[in-house]
Order: sequence, then structure tokens, then C-alpha cells
Amino acid sequence: MIEHYLREYEVAAADGGATAPGWFRSLQADAIELFRASGFPGPKDEEWRFTPIAPLVRATFRPAGSATPVGLTDLEPFLFGRLDWPRLVLVDGRFSPELSQLPSIAGLAIANLASVVKSGDGDLASDLAEASGRTVTPFASLNAALGMDGTVLRLASDSVMEEPVHLVHVTTPGSDGTVTHPRLLVVIGERARAQVIESYVGLGSEGCYWTNVVCDVRLSRGAWVEHTRIQRESESAYHTGVTEIRQEADSHYRSFSFAIGGAIARHDLRSRLGGSGAEALLYGLYFGRGDQLVDNHTTIFHDQPDCRSWEVYKGILTDRAHGVFNGKIIVQPIAQKTDAKQTNRALLLSDTAKIDTKPQLEIFADDVKCTHGATVGNLDPLARFYLTSRGIPDRVAGELLTYAFAAEVLNEISAEPVRTVLDRLIHGRLASDRLEAHDAR
Amino acid sequence: MTESVESLVNRDYKWGFVTDIEADQIPAGLDEDVVRLISAKKGEPPFLLEWRLKAYRGWLKMTEPHWANIKYSPIDYQGMVYYAAPRTKAPLGSLDDVDPKIRETYDKLGIPLTEQKILSGVAVDAVFDSVSVGTTYRRQLGEMGIIFCSFSEAVREYPDLIQRYLGSVVPASDNFFAALNSAVFSDGSFVYVPKGVRCPMDLSTYFRINAQNTGQFERTLIVADEGSYVSYLEGCTAPKRDENQLHAAVVELVAMAGATIKYSTVQNWYAGDEDGKGGIYNFVTKRGKCAGAGAKISWTQVETGSAITWKYPSVILQGDNSIGEFYSVAVTNACQQADTGTKMIHIGRNTKSTVVSKGISAGRGQNSYRGQVKVMPRADGARNYTQCDSMLIGNRCGAHTFPYIDVQNRTAAVEHEASTSKIGEDQIFYLKQRGLNTENAISMIVNGFCKEVFRELPMEFAVEAQKLLGISLEGSVG
Repeated sequence: MIEHYLREYEVAAADGGATAPGWFRSLQADAIELFRASGFPGPKDEEWRFTPIAPLVRATFRPAGSATPVGLTDLEPFLFGRLDWPRLVLVDGRFSPELSQLPSIAGLAIANLASVVKSGDGDLASDLAEASGRTVTPFASLNAALGMDGTVLRLASDSVMEEPVHLVHVTTPGSDGTVTHPRLLVVIGERARAQVIESYVGLGSEGCYWTNVVCDVRLSRGAWVEHTRIQRESESAYHTGVTEIRQEADSHYRSFSFAIGGAIARHDLRSRLGGSGAEALLYGLYFGRGDQLVDNHTTIFHDQPDCRSWEVYKGILTDRAHGVFNGKIIVQPIAQKTDAKQTNRALLLSDTAKIDTKPQLEIFADDVKCTHGATVGNLDPLARFYLTSRGIPDRVAGELLTYAFAAEVLNEISAEPVRTVLDRLIHGRLASDRLEAHDAR
Repeated sequence: MTESVESLVNRDYKWGFVTDIEADQIPAGLDEDVVRLISAKKGEPPFLLEWRLKAYRGWLKMTEPHWANIKYSPIDYQGMVYYAAPRTKAPLGSLDDVDPKIRETYDKLGIPLTEQKILSGVAVDAVFDSVSVGTTYRRQLGEMGIIFCSFSEAVREYPDLIQRYLGSVVPASDNFFAALNSAVFSDGSFVYVPKGVRCPMDLSTYFRINAQNTGQFERTLIVADEGSYVSYLEGCTAPKRDENQLHAAVVELVAMAGATIKYSTVQNWYAGDEDGKGGIYNFVTKRGKCAGAGAKISWTQVETGSAITWKYPSVILQGDNSIGEFYSVAVTNACQQADTGTKMIHIGRNTKSTVVSKGISAGRGQNSYRGQVKVMPRADGARNYTQCDSMLIGNRCGAHTFPYIDVQNRTAAVEHEASTSKIGEDQIFYLKQRGLNTENAISMIVNGFCKEVFRELPMEFAVEAQKLLGISLEGSVG
């Protein structure tokens, strides 16, 4: 149904076209042309072969209307108990000044995209233009064409942020049938250090809405970033996201991608190691139950010599959930001394859950060390037997082992409050899965 | 070192001679009449002609696949000759009746066609441009009830078996190249091992493409009945020619309950020169079906030749407790490109598969492993272990892996490991320090790297494979 979105674009262009500056409108016009040409991806596209997105493509989502009022109390459960952390909140795709807390921190400039577009930030035009040229999926084009708001975060060279910045995206109950296209741009200066938490939250448990995000992260020479992405949409919602990371020399980027929500949730993470000595650590943990489809695509481009990448993704699938993982490592001819390691593991806990995994190495340089490993299976029967022999009930033993499987990645989150909350969330999830299984019996 | 590298890279293709014998050819091009003509020339029964025509009509509707990680100039399907047979076609009573020129060719290749010269226990069905010229050891095998003959002979003598099993593993509509083969296949080998019989020797076929502009479309069908065992060897060599020649073979294996088929290939077709001119386009469909419980199919391949290799020997693990194996060494040097791997389809319970793939890239070679491990919902207790290692020699080559893992059963355990690394400089240094020259050092390291696969080959083949590997890689280090 691409016509629907082409019409949406026409309407939006006629409506808001007057207020947006020319350069922004021309970016949108370019993006909609890209989308018009590509359409939605189908099963014939290699990148979408295992990801049946027909329900999402068939539906026609309208732009989110005026937001249902949301108070801080509604938001509190999702703030890791740290209301003091700087945060920028988008409610149904629109900036909420009331819920946001943007203290002035030396070197940090953070604002919502719409206001930056209006006020005219010198570099924004070129930054966004460059980014939209690199966007890869039709969903990213659609985001660039229809996106209205988002976050622009810049951290000046040599600045160090002590606390993480939390970028919260909330969808309110009653947002059925609407779509938001948040656009994030994070630019970290030379030798600066930042922690960014990106949250997607559905306040209604049943809402069938769509979040379509594009996030760009740039690390200048020697920058250090820890980026945690937490996707907790409603389990009837759709979530599509593209994260593009570009790293200069000697920068360090560490990502943790957590996905538990969404009827269809797809995240494309693309990391480009564009300067020697750059390092990317990518961790991922995803859960699927019911009929959820959870898809993680990662691509690491080793464009320069002496870079290192390390990737661990784990998934836990039960009921009829369907997991998809695709991890690409591309080593260019000049990227000698590349050290890349990728691991992905999936646990299938039910007879009807399934996983399609495709680790992929494309290597054009010879002096490299690249490995990948993939495993799919159930819990280790020996470990389970050991626990039951110690008097632990089998169900609890299963839960413990599943938790241990997840905890290995979870422990990589360095922000302690986040780790604690997710830890509790996982325990709750495992317990509820167990109770459901028990009820079914 | 560079000097020796160049001399070795420029080493002539040892088997690049053309045998000048009159060939019975039909004009170039392909249409229904050509399919009918091939069928008529071979005196085939109506069912086979029908099957060919159906395949041909299906092929017309298909398009050449381009998903593989290979680049090549377009293939002119109408510019090819689809049938070429040596003209001297008197009935062959004994090996002495074989055309001396053909015999000479085989002698140059070192194929021991004469029984006295045959490596002990190897029966050879030599395929020379599509028509089988001589089969050895047939009588002895015949006494045990084992059928080992050319495909066209099997069509005449055992039409029931052919009708029953032809296309049962690789249907005519399977893919573009299999459909083409089904329409125009010229000859090949047929093996049937009856119930409970253990074939006492390794069966062997040498393929050789000789006439210019002829595609080779051979077809091999091996049926191992319940509880039987057979080991089959396949070796290939083609003369040096400038134009690319297409080779689109189909191999079908059927293993009944408790049967084992071991299929080993050493492929050494002309790879083209160092600029990528000429060479064989090898588009092959190989698939085995473990039809009954406890069946086992094992593929071992050493791919050192061909300009393009597109080949995925697969196993359908249908019977419970059946086993599939794939051991592969693929070498790409100069401008060679290989996109090869396997598919293991787990359907039955407690099915097991092992995949060991060793890719070696040198020069400007591009080597891809493409594999799929699929565990169907009913395949309780399925196990797979996959290991694919790539070695890079020089900085202009590439190694790629595209493993697809689809699991739909929670009791399955699937493991995949892959690594890519450079040939160890410290290892080369160590061996040189012990008095080996660089070429021998590399050969030794590479042979060690491939040991797990060579171990699976029958001894004579393993020796040949090691030599071939040495020849195709020598001088590739910069």
C-alpha cells in the first residue's frame, strides 16, 4: 500500500510545507522518491526473505494525532528509577517539553528535531542530508519523507557526560492505527564520552500502532559511546528501526539492543568502522512469545585497517514466536589486521517456535582474523539434570538456565539501574511464561 | 620468491591437450527438435523423451539464477552443441576395441583404463564427451547383482529402474541448470546396489570434456538398496580452450534404509588462464536422499579447477536416524570463482549432519561458502555441526560465507562455526627454516588445513587431491 503513504506525503507537504525550510523539504522529497521507487520490501528481497511483513504492509497507518495526555507517573516505570537523568521525551512522535528534563551540561546540546529544523542549526542540513544518503531500507526512506520530530544530540569535543541521556519514545493507549517516524541524530565530538539510552515504550498493552525509527550515531576520533536501545512496544505493535553508526579512528562504540515487544519488530544495525583503531562491541538480547516476529539484522563494515568488532546476540523464543538473525561482517581490501568475532545463539523453548539465522562473512583482505559461530538449541539436558538432582524442580531449573543464558549478555550493560530493571523484567517474563505454560497444562 | 611465484602461476595446464578424433556432432542450438534428436540418437523409450520434453518446456520458462556470488559473461545457450559422440561406435567387446586415440588421451591423463594398469580394485566407467566408452570390472560386479554401467545402457537394459528413480531426488523442474540437463543430458553413470550387498571396490568415473563448444551434461544416478554400501569416485579434467565451456551435470543419490553411499569428487577442470580467460563454467546440481531409516550419504569434494564453480551437494534426511555428511575443499586461484556449499534438510527424527568446508583463496580468487541447514518441525533430536574455515593467501582474493540456519524444532541442536584467516607467516618461516622452500611449505600448511577432508577420501584419491592442491596453489603467495 505504498500509495497510501505517498498520499500522506502529499498532504503533509501541502500542510506543513510552508513552515519547514527548503532544504528540509527537498530532503523529504528525495526520500519519498526513493520510497516510491523501492516500495515495501517483499520475500524476494534477500534482506527480508525470512521476515514476513505482510500484515504491516497491508495496513494503512495514519499519522499520530494529538497525544492523549501523559503524566510523569505514567512514565515513571520506564525511567529506571532515575528521574534525575537528563531525558527527552517524545509522546506519540511529538516532543513533550513537560515530560522532558534537559539540564544544561557543559558541551551538551540536545533538542528536539522539529525545533532545530525551525531554528536552523548550521550543521543539521548537511548532517541529515548525508545520513539520508546512507539510509538503506525503504522504511528509512519513509521515515525521512514523513518524519516530523525526533532528537538531535551533540556533544562537544573532550566533554564527558557523567550520566546517561535517556531518549524516551512513548506511544499512548488509543493510538491504534497510527504511525510515528522518530528521527535521531547523535554526534559525539573528539575524545568525548557519552551514554545514550533509547527507549520505545507502548503504554497500552494492546495497541496496534507502528513505530518507524531511524537513528544516526557519529563518533569522532577517539570518542567513546555506550548506546543502549530498549524496545518495549506493545505486543500487538509494529516496530521497524534502522541504526547507523559511523566511527572515526580510535573511537569506541558499545551497543546493547534489547527487544521484547512488537508483533513484528525489526532492527537493522549498521556499524561502519571508518578509521583505524576503531572498535565496536554489539550486544543483543531478544525475546519472542505468542506470534511475535523478532528480527535483528546487523552489518559491520570494516572499512579501515586495525579495527576490532565483537558481537554477541542471543534470543529466547517460545510459543509460535519466530526469530530472525542476520549478521554480516564485510572486510574491505585495505582493512588489514581486522579482528572480528561474531556469536549468535538462540534458544527454542517450544515446539512451534522457529529461528532463521544467517551469520555472514564477506572478506576481501587477507591479514585478518574473523570468526563467527551460531548455535540453535534447547537448554543443556545435563545442566538441567544436575539442577534437578540437587532438588530444584524441573520448571525452576529450566527458568534458571534460561535466565543464565540471557544474563551473559545482560551483564554487559554498564549502567547499573538499567541492568537491574531489565534483569527484573526478564525474571518476570520467564516466570509469566512458566505460569502460562502451567495453566495450559 | 616473486619470480618463482610467477613461473608457477604461468605453469601450463598439464592436461591441456586436444584429442583429434572425429566427433559425431549435431548443429549448435537448442529447440525441441534437438531434444528429440538426442533422444532418438540414443534410442530412448518414449517415457524418457516425454520427460526430456517436459523438462525442456519447463526450462524455457525459467531464468538463469544470479543469486550466487559469482560474475561471468553471459552464456549463449543457442551457440552450444548439445550432443557430441566419438564417431567410431562399433560395439565394444573388450578394451582393445577402444579407439587408440582415446586410449592415448586417457594414458596422458594417467587414467588406468586397461585392467592390468588399474589401481587395484577400481572399476572405471570412462565418459568421453558424453558417451561411455568402456566399462571395466563389470562382470565381477554383475555376479553380485551390482549394476554399474553408462546411463544410456541403463536406459536400454533397466528402464524400470530409471523410470522409477530418475528425477526422484532432483526433479526436472528443480532449477535452471538441472532443467537444462534433464532436457539434453547425453550420458553418465548408473549404479544400482541390491539389498544387503557391500560393493567390494570403489566405483569410478572419469569425465573429460573434449570437443570444442560442447556442453557436457552428464547425469549420474546411484541407488543403494536396503543395507547396501557403495563408494563412488568421480574425477574430471578438461582440455585447455579459450572459450568457456558449460558443464551442467546432475547427480542423484538414493539411499534406502540402512544403506550408505559415499560419493567423492576431485574436480580439476581447466580454470582459465591467469587473466580469467577461458575455463569451465561448472553449474552442477548434486543431491542425495536418505529415503529410509538409518541411511547415510557422504559427499566429499575437492574442487581445484573450473573458472566458475556453482555446486551445492545436498542431503535430504528423510529417514529417521539418517546421516548426511559434506566434506569440501575448494581452491580458487588466479581469477577463479567458487560458490559452493551444501544443504542439509532434516526431516526425520534423530537425523544428523556434519559439514566441514575448507576454502582457500589465492591470487584474485573469490571463494564463497553457501550452505543451509534446515530443521523441519518433526525432526526431533536433529543435530548439525558445521565448520567452515577459509584461508587467504595474498591480498587480492576474497573469502565469503553465507550460511543459512533455519530451525523449527526445539529439540534440535545446530552449531555453526566459521573462521577466516591468513596463511600463517610464522608457520611458513618455521618450515623454511627447516629447509623447505616456500612452495613446499605452503603446500604442507594447506594440506594440513585440509586434512579433515582428505581423510574422508579413498587413498588413491587423497594422494591425487594433495598433488592437485599443491599444483593449483604453488606460487600463489606474494
